[in-house]
Amino acid sequence: MKYLCLVYSEEERLHSLPDSPADAECQAYAESVAGSGRMLAAEALEPVSSATTVRMRGGKVTITDGPFAETKEQLAGFYLLDAQNLDEALEVAAGIPAARVGSVEVRPIRQLRV
Amino acid sequence: MMASASGQVQHELEEIYRAESRRVLATLIRLLGDFELAEEALHDAFAAALKQWPAEGLPNNPRAWLVSTGRFKAIDRLRRQARQDPLTDAMAQQLEAETADPADWAEDRVEDDHLRLIFTCCHPALSMDARVALTLREVCGLTTEEIASAFLSAPATLAQRIVRAKNKIRSAAIPYRVPVRRDLPERLDGVLRVIYLVFNEGYSASTGDNLMRTDLSGEAIRLGRQLNGLLPGAEVQGLLALMLLTESRRKARIDDAGELVLLEDQDRKLWDRKMIVEGIELVRRALRSHGFGPYSLQAAIAAVHAEAPCAEETDWREIVGLYDVLLRLAPSPVVELNRAVALSMRDGPDVGLNLIEAILERGELSDYHLAHAARADLYRRLGMSRQAITAYKKALSLALQTTERQFLQRRLLELAG
Repeated sequence: MKYLCLVYSEEERLHSLPDSPADAECQAYAESVAGSGRMLAAEALEPVSSATTVRMRGGKVTITDGPFAETKEQLAGFYLLDAQNLDEALEVAAGIPAARVGSVEVRPIRQLRV
Repeated sequence: MMASASGQVQHELEEIYRAESRRVLATLIRLLGDFELAEEALHDAFAAALKQWPAEGLPNNPRAWLVSTGRFKAIDRLRRQARQDPLTDAMAQQLEAETADPADWAEDRVEDDHLRLIFTCCHPALSMDARVALTLREVCGLTTEEIASAFLSAPATLAQRIVRAKNKIRSAAIPYRVPVRRDLPERLDGVLRVIYLVFNEGYSASTGDNLMRTDLSGEAIRLGRQLNGLLPGAEVQGLLALMLLTESRRKARIDDAGELVLLEDQDRKLWDRKMIVEGIELVRRALRSHGFGPYSLQAAIAAVHAEAPCAEETDWREIVGLYDVLLRLAPSPVVELNRAVALSMRDGPDVGLNLIEAILERGELSDYHLAHAARADLYRRLGMSRQAITAYKKALSLALQTTERQFLQRRLLELAG
């Protein structure tokens, strides 16, 4: 099973709370997950102020500044995992350092029926 | 002669269904990897038994027969579906190859399956409502209609809730297993919460006309017993004791007119002695072992009440002491409130009242009808009728349950008269 762990946090506070992780800690955790053989990919994201949203409607592309929706917490990074089951994925998700200040949404990857 | 022999088999089959169907289901879910498929297989297996057993007699090991037949029927079912969906043929082949070893459904693995089923139905990735519904459906074997009527919801709503939970188990791959040792205490706590919630809904329904719903309390106690057999531990014993000691007062809690009777006014001769003896023994064992927690302590408090020959002889010092420990172990405003009431019994209503006023001022319990009812009762004891009436009215405005509302209205009438 593959799972995508979406790390959400208030961008303003992600790096400024007493519990906020430093980049070195995030890097170390990613390496430890990679070492366990469960990681397919993991990245941190630039702030949503750098986001651009694209839509295709009636054959026409519209491009707008900003994220697709204004939310209180923003997507700050992700882990793509390969795990036996949800419990394993949840265990990895709970260890993501940003989970201490934000929330991690764990979503199973859907197999395309082709 | 023939008729009575087959009647006998039918009777035994019903007994086996009652005793074994949930365990057969639990093993089938492990073998087949799917709730829906396992339920159909269970149904098919019992249908086959109903046809074969009266003619051929009971098999040596009915449970193994049912699991084996259910597995075979499931593979057969998948094969037949393969005409529409080629994917299911691969599933059938895989099942046939991977589950062929009869050692897989041997006696010693069945207990594990039963635990697996309980832990999966109570998985924290499911909503509390879904956990309760799924546990009652799959572990206790209640029908959707029975669960819906117990929770006063529409059967269609409940059925949808169960389907959604099963879909999540499948699509998110919630594992079918007993949690690893590290996660066990937390997960077990989640299971106990589900059982206690079912019990409370049965003992003291939050809404509706009937204060108590026997069937749900009975199911919760049965579940508690099963869990205690499978995974004995201090808090499992504590919860079972708490449920038994609470349940023992059922008959005394409602009078002939259907009105609520408070603990202090209950006729203690109506208390169920057998449950009390069993409950007290379980509390003793729980408190002696390591790892006792909030359930054991609440059970110990219930045991002190159970041991008092009359309300006046209740050992309130002991109860306050137990609440002190409980508050340290599991602090909550409701525990604080209960401790304040116990203190008022030990040291006088004014002492308790000061504490309750302080708790209410913090705001967390301002919508909790029992907090206002407790406050009202202490004013009443102090002879301060005006304040008591105001507090009872507040409690009445928040209470939803018919019998509790009647009680509050009665108190208001007494004070007005």
